[in-house]
Amino acid sequence: MTKTSETTGYNERLEQKLATIFAGGHPKYHEKMKESKKLFVRERLNLLFDGGEYVEDGRFANVEAGDLPADGVVTAIGKVNGETVCVMANDSTVKAGSWGSRTVEKIIRIQETAEKMQVPMLYLVDSAGARITDQLDMFPNRRGAGRIFHNQVRMSGMVPQICLLFGPSAAGGAYIPAFCDIVIMVEGNASMYLGSPRMAEKVIGEKVTLEEMGGARMHCTVSGVGDVLVATEEDAIAEARRYLTYFPANFAVKPERIAGTTVKAGRSLEAIIPENQNAPFDMYELIDQLVDEGSFFDIKKLFAGELITGLARIDGQVVGILANQPKVKGGVLFGDSADKGAKFINLCDAFSIPLLFLADVPGFMIGTKVERAGIIRHGAKFIAAMSSATVPKISVIVRKAYGAGLYAMAGPAFEPDVCIALPTAQIAVMGPEAAVNAVYSNKIEAIEDPKERLKYVQQKHQEYKEEIDIYKLASDLIIDEIVAPHELRKVLSQRFAFYETKDLPMPYRKHGVFPV
Amino acid sequence: MTELKASMAGTVLNVLVAEGDAVTAGQAVVTIESMKMEIPIEAEAGGKVEKIHVEVGSFVNEEDTLLTLGE
Repeated sequence: MTKTSETTGYNERLEQKLATIFAGGHPKYHEKMKESKKLFVRERLNLLFDGGEYVEDGRFANVEAGDLPADGVVTAIGKVNGETVCVMANDSTVKAGSWGSRTVEKIIRIQETAEKMQVPMLYLVDSAGARITDQLDMFPNRRGAGRIFHNQVRMSGMVPQICLLFGPSAAGGAYIPAFCDIVIMVEGNASMYLGSPRMAEKVIGEKVTLEEMGGARMHCTVSGVGDVLVATEEDAIAEARRYLTYFPANFAVKPERIAGTTVKAGRSLEAIIPENQNAPFDMYELIDQLVDEGSFFDIKKLFAGELITGLARIDGQVVGILANQPKVKGGVLFGDSADKGAKFINLCDAFSIPLLFLADVPGFMIGTKVERAGIIRHGAKFIAAMSSATVPKISVIVRKAYGAGLYAMAGPAFEPDVCIALPTAQIAVMGPEAAVNAVYSNKIEAIEDPKERLKYVQQKHQEYKEEIDIYKLASDLIIDEIVAPHELRKVLSQRFAFYETKDLPMPYRKHGVFPV
Repeated sequence: MTELKASMAGTVLNVLVAEGDAVTAGQAVVTIESMKMEIPIEAEAGGKVEKIHVEVGSFVNEEDTLLTLGE
């Protein structure tokens, strides 16, 4: 825009202001970003939005301050995969992305916009936390930082909320990821912690590195606060865009069905599943033979690997899969796997994503360590989440399903729309070895001749196996169907399509008392 | 030098390598029996087996060291 004789030059003034805002913080901070392979906030938004196009609110926040362009946060509306989304993105070149009063107000407003429009809300976090100098204006008040978290909780399950963590998310700010449906973290740069290592050393005397205490890898493998670990910011953005393809804009809409593809080339389910119940195999190989090739989106892949949770498409229909992984810890359920399962079920149920359970589970872990850690409490979370999910649920008993493992994996009592057994299925309170020991231990010990003893034990094993034979359970209507492994994908596709109209709300009340 | 640890409590069912053997990342080196299941313990990185700390039949707790791997 050039100066015209018609004006006093107001367009030039606007251009100047905009140029300072788009430049972000001091050039030395841009250099620092480059050194740590971080992108400037506006480059991140260009990659995130279709065609790099977006509109922005509160662009002129703190414009008069001079050194606080946009007050350190860009709040924008744009399209991702053709669908509208709202975004807040910290600018860490501006006072390390810290929050002042206008920063907080902008974040609150974009959340309100997402709620009003009923569209997904994305948080691109890279922030040192509160601007201590501004604390009374941004921390304790009605529209202070607490309101951001309040809004997140209010919007939870209403619209998808996604966190992309590019840098630190410190102290109170660390709750933004915690209240999101999913947290994608960039290894090496992303971190979350309530108190920094420096603070930990001063206050409790602990010497620890940032990576050990709150690094991306730690959170994605140990604490479970992170869901997806990526190597670069570009990968994080690509994963967020891919994740959104499985979700409707909000809870009132169902996920879109697209044209299905075929499964990845591989061995048949018959070849993959060992008939020996105790032998390990890789459940991922089985999942590959059920879902459309390349459609599996693993959530918490590196955390509690004994339970696999992920989104996928079967013949174009979106499903959420929970599968025991016999290869990791025997597929036994622990406190962490129970938490992982509970959160994933909540996520899918909130957004009308049907659930597929693939059970091959020896039960919940036993022993002092897990009891003291509250495995019963954690297991209850998993079972409560599964039980209260009202989306279509299909339970497939792949091999064994023992004890409360059967319950957690949507066994017959929990109203799955169908409980399908493969011919390799074995449902029981406990496995043959444990059961025979429990019932006949006195008799077994009384037999002195080792050969006789072994013979007796084997005979009891055989009797037990006959008692829990899968055709007996089918004959008694305990399970609904027995399917040949190679037919499973077809059967699942048919059934998920039939169950699409399922409408069975939980009985009316304010809410259940969730076991935590 | 890295220490390979038991992923859960159980009994050592098999030791699949000997001291001095070279192993690759992802290779199963020990099998633990727990909850009636066979649980393969895989090397997290490649290396040479320097020391084996357990034998068949040993009870191990979660996080107990099974093997020491060298460069």
